[in-house]
Amino acid sequence: MTTTTATESWFKRTSRSIHIPPVYIFLIVTFLVSGLLDQILSDGQILTNPAIMLNIIVRSVALGIVAVGQTMVIIGASIDLSVAFTISITAVMSSYIMLGDPAKVPIAIPAVFGIGIIIGLANGLIITKLKVNPFIATLGVSLIIKGIINATFSNYTGSVPKSFEYFGYGKIGSIPVSIIIMLFVFLVGWFILARTKFGAHLYGVGGNAEVARLSGVRTDRVVIGAHILCSLTAVLSGLFLVSQMRSGAPWVGPNGLYDLNSIATTVIGGTALSGGKGGVWGTLAGVLIFGILDTTFNQLGVNPYLKMVLRGAIIILAVASYTIRSKKEAA
Amino acid sequence: MANDIDDINTKPAEEKQPTMEVQHISKRFPGVVALDDVSLQFFPGETHAVVGENGAGKSTLMKIMSGAYTPDSGTMYLGGEKVSFSHPQQAQLKGIAIIYQEFNLLPERTVAHNIFLARESSRLGTLNIQKMNKDAVEVLKELGVEKMISPTALVSNLSVAEQQLVEIAKAISFKAKVLIMDEPTAALTYTEVDLLVNLISRLKQKGMSVIFISHRLREVFDIAEKITVLKDGKLIKTVVKKDVTPSDVVYLMVGRTLDHYFPPLGTPEDFGEVVLKVSNASNQILSDINFELRRGEVLGVAGLQGSGRTELAQSLFGVMPFKTGSMELHGKSIAVKNPAKAIKNRMGFVTEDRKSEGLAPRQPIRDNMLLTVRSVQFLFSIILKDGIRKSRNLVPMLGEQVDIRTDSFDREVQFLSGGNQQKVVLAKWLASDANVFIFDEPTRGIDVESKAGIHDMIRALTKKGIAVLMISSELPEIIGMSDRILVMADHRIAGELPARSSEQEIMLMAIGHASDKITELAAVVGEN
Repeated sequence: MTTTTATESWFKRTSRSIHIPPVYIFLIVTFLVSGLLDQILSDGQILTNPAIMLNIIVRSVALGIVAVGQTMVIIGASIDLSVAFTISITAVMSSYIMLGDPAKVPIAIPAVFGIGIIIGLANGLIITKLKVNPFIATLGVSLIIKGIINATFSNYTGSVPKSFEYFGYGKIGSIPVSIIIMLFVFLVGWFILARTKFGAHLYGVGGNAEVARLSGVRTDRVVIGAHILCSLTAVLSGLFLVSQMRSGAPWVGPNGLYDLNSIATTVIGGTALSGGKGGVWGTLAGVLIFGILDTTFNQLGVNPYLKMVLRGAIIILAVASYTIRSKKEAA
Repeated sequence: MANDIDDINTKPAEEKQPTMEVQHISKRFPGVVALDDVSLQFFPGETHAVVGENGAGKSTLMKIMSGAYTPDSGTMYLGGEKVSFSHPQQAQLKGIAIIYQEFNLLPERTVAHNIFLARESSRLGTLNIQKMNKDAVEVLKELGVEKMISPTALVSNLSVAEQQLVEIAKAISFKAKVLIMDEPTAALTYTEVDLLVNLISRLKQKGMSVIFISHRLREVFDIAEKITVLKDGKLIKTVVKKDVTPSDVVYLMVGRTLDHYFPPLGTPEDFGEVVLKVSNASNQILSDINFELRRGEVLGVAGLQGSGRTELAQSLFGVMPFKTGSMELHGKSIAVKNPAKAIKNRMGFVTEDRKSEGLAPRQPIRDNMLLTVRSVQFLFSIILKDGIRKSRNLVPMLGEQVDIRTDSFDREVQFLSGGNQQKVVLAKWLASDANVFIFDEPTRGIDVESKAGIHDMIRALTKKGIAVLMISSELPEIIGMSDRILVMADHRIAGELPARSSEQEIMLMAIGHASDKITELAAVVGEN
């Protein structure tokens, strides 16, 4: 029932009414523990220096943007493993087309977004029309993109003009432009999911495709749409990365593990891998947790392999805590 | 007596025009005639119950009316206009709403989102959530439950009854003229059933035709005005409730001759000592379970759907262990906490759901047969102790025992017929040397010839001194096979009947008449 008992805390009620996902508690704990460890074992910059905080967020921008798209496809009970190579193809194609010439920017940007639409459309069509499992479909598309870019480009290719670097390094006041863009993408993602017909249908398809179909939702279109949006976020991530690196290389996507990390942050954020449940704000917390961990590990000089172990453990811990929670609720 | 009941279908046409009418509907599935020339009329403001045993064709008829199936022949009229549906959505838009037994809602979405899924109020693709919530309240008001259910509540936070109300709200938001409900009371408590009864009368006053399928005659008599009885795909009769008693309806539902040969029942010398004794056992579903199972007998367990038949098997086998009470096996008190424990105590469970619980469909026959042997023995003991050769010999031996017809034991189980699959399950338990067998619906989905084979095999098991507990929804099977019959109702054992009791006796006990009245009532029914 919706009525809440008087014994329930003010915090619980408020957090439910404005839908704060439990992952935010996790985020705060991660931040405090990291800050404390940093205070004791290192120079204590995390808690005292706001520039570090901004830096944590900037480091999360590329993952954050693509994670919004990943959240959408996962809510639709699909998945996209091709985002890493979509990021790569965006990075190399845009710097290849721009070749340092500001006049080419208006050509390069529509071109890479066009590529994004084609990739998303291909993923969506393979999943809905050929009925290939999304995991395999997007893995296949991912390999195709990888083959194409590796055959054409082997290293840094072209460069972006100085003006384009504004995306990666510009600031409005003291806030980096990239953070504003990422937050804007999250806001758009939230709006699409929570406030549009498309979003409502996507939750329907992900929750129970048969129910959605019998209610009159055109399920195929919804899935294809989600995949196109996801690929477009990957393109935007790619553009951000190339503006930071000044030149695109075919390994930027896979080296950043954007495919698996975007899935991991989505799931940590409370979006169900089975679809139909979740949202972008949880994903934002997941992305920030990853950013904080990275920064802390760097500050403390943690061995990179140990870093991976810790990260893996945290993913498992977070997701396990949800399942236990929901089992308790069900009982 | 029961034959004198007026059959409405033979009466002169009523003045009112029916909301919906089906004429000469037939539907065949491979091997069965699910519906055979059924004609029915449903009138506005009327509640019409469709009853019958499992496989009588009730669900098929409802699925045809709501567009989920297309009939092989026959026509349907809605408000005098001929209609045919190729998709449930078409029926929905015409005003025929169906609520299935399993819920069709999105648990993680709000009530308003569920009611208006695919019909959200929006401008340029942007939702008007306030309007949706307001409209949802309007729909809930029509049902008189706007105070109970908030449009912004998550469906997963609602009780089963409230979820059902949301489904009904969704159905009537389509401006439904006909509302079909499949077993609407199955998951509800008594007070919730009262609520549903009120709701249905409210919908009736609005001129809606309410059709519902139920196994529970008590509720049929509470809710319906007309009752249609189907049997084996044929329409037996449509009666007006006030003209009949529950036992009349039971008489119409059953009373069929045994349609195939059953092996002779056990003789007193077959029966031995008590092998399994359950006393005062209960758990979250079942309460107060008491019975004894003897060596060499088939103890049949009958009961309506949802009476706790399957749960009894699952509890005995440790899938859903008993929490209180005691269980004695061969005079020794045991606690079966999980299936592994049951198997170690030489119990076997042939499940109702062969495909998902009984077999690994993509594994060869060989591996399926050896599954239980392997699960109870130490990981490598088969290989170490007896050598691979013995397990190689075991498989053909088992195959011979259960008379499985296959060219190779390496064939994947999924390619076998239902009858042969069931024989593999049986072989699996024979291999584990079980001496108490629990069968849940042993012949569901099996052709007639294999059915007889399975029945012979069950009887052969008891001749070897094995004790069999057989749960079945098919009364002929219960009567044909059982040396004693337990009848379940409302999650407890309602009583015990002797071998060869009649279908009426079993049904009357299953619908909740006290057992001392049975003979009396059966005598009344039996006059015909």
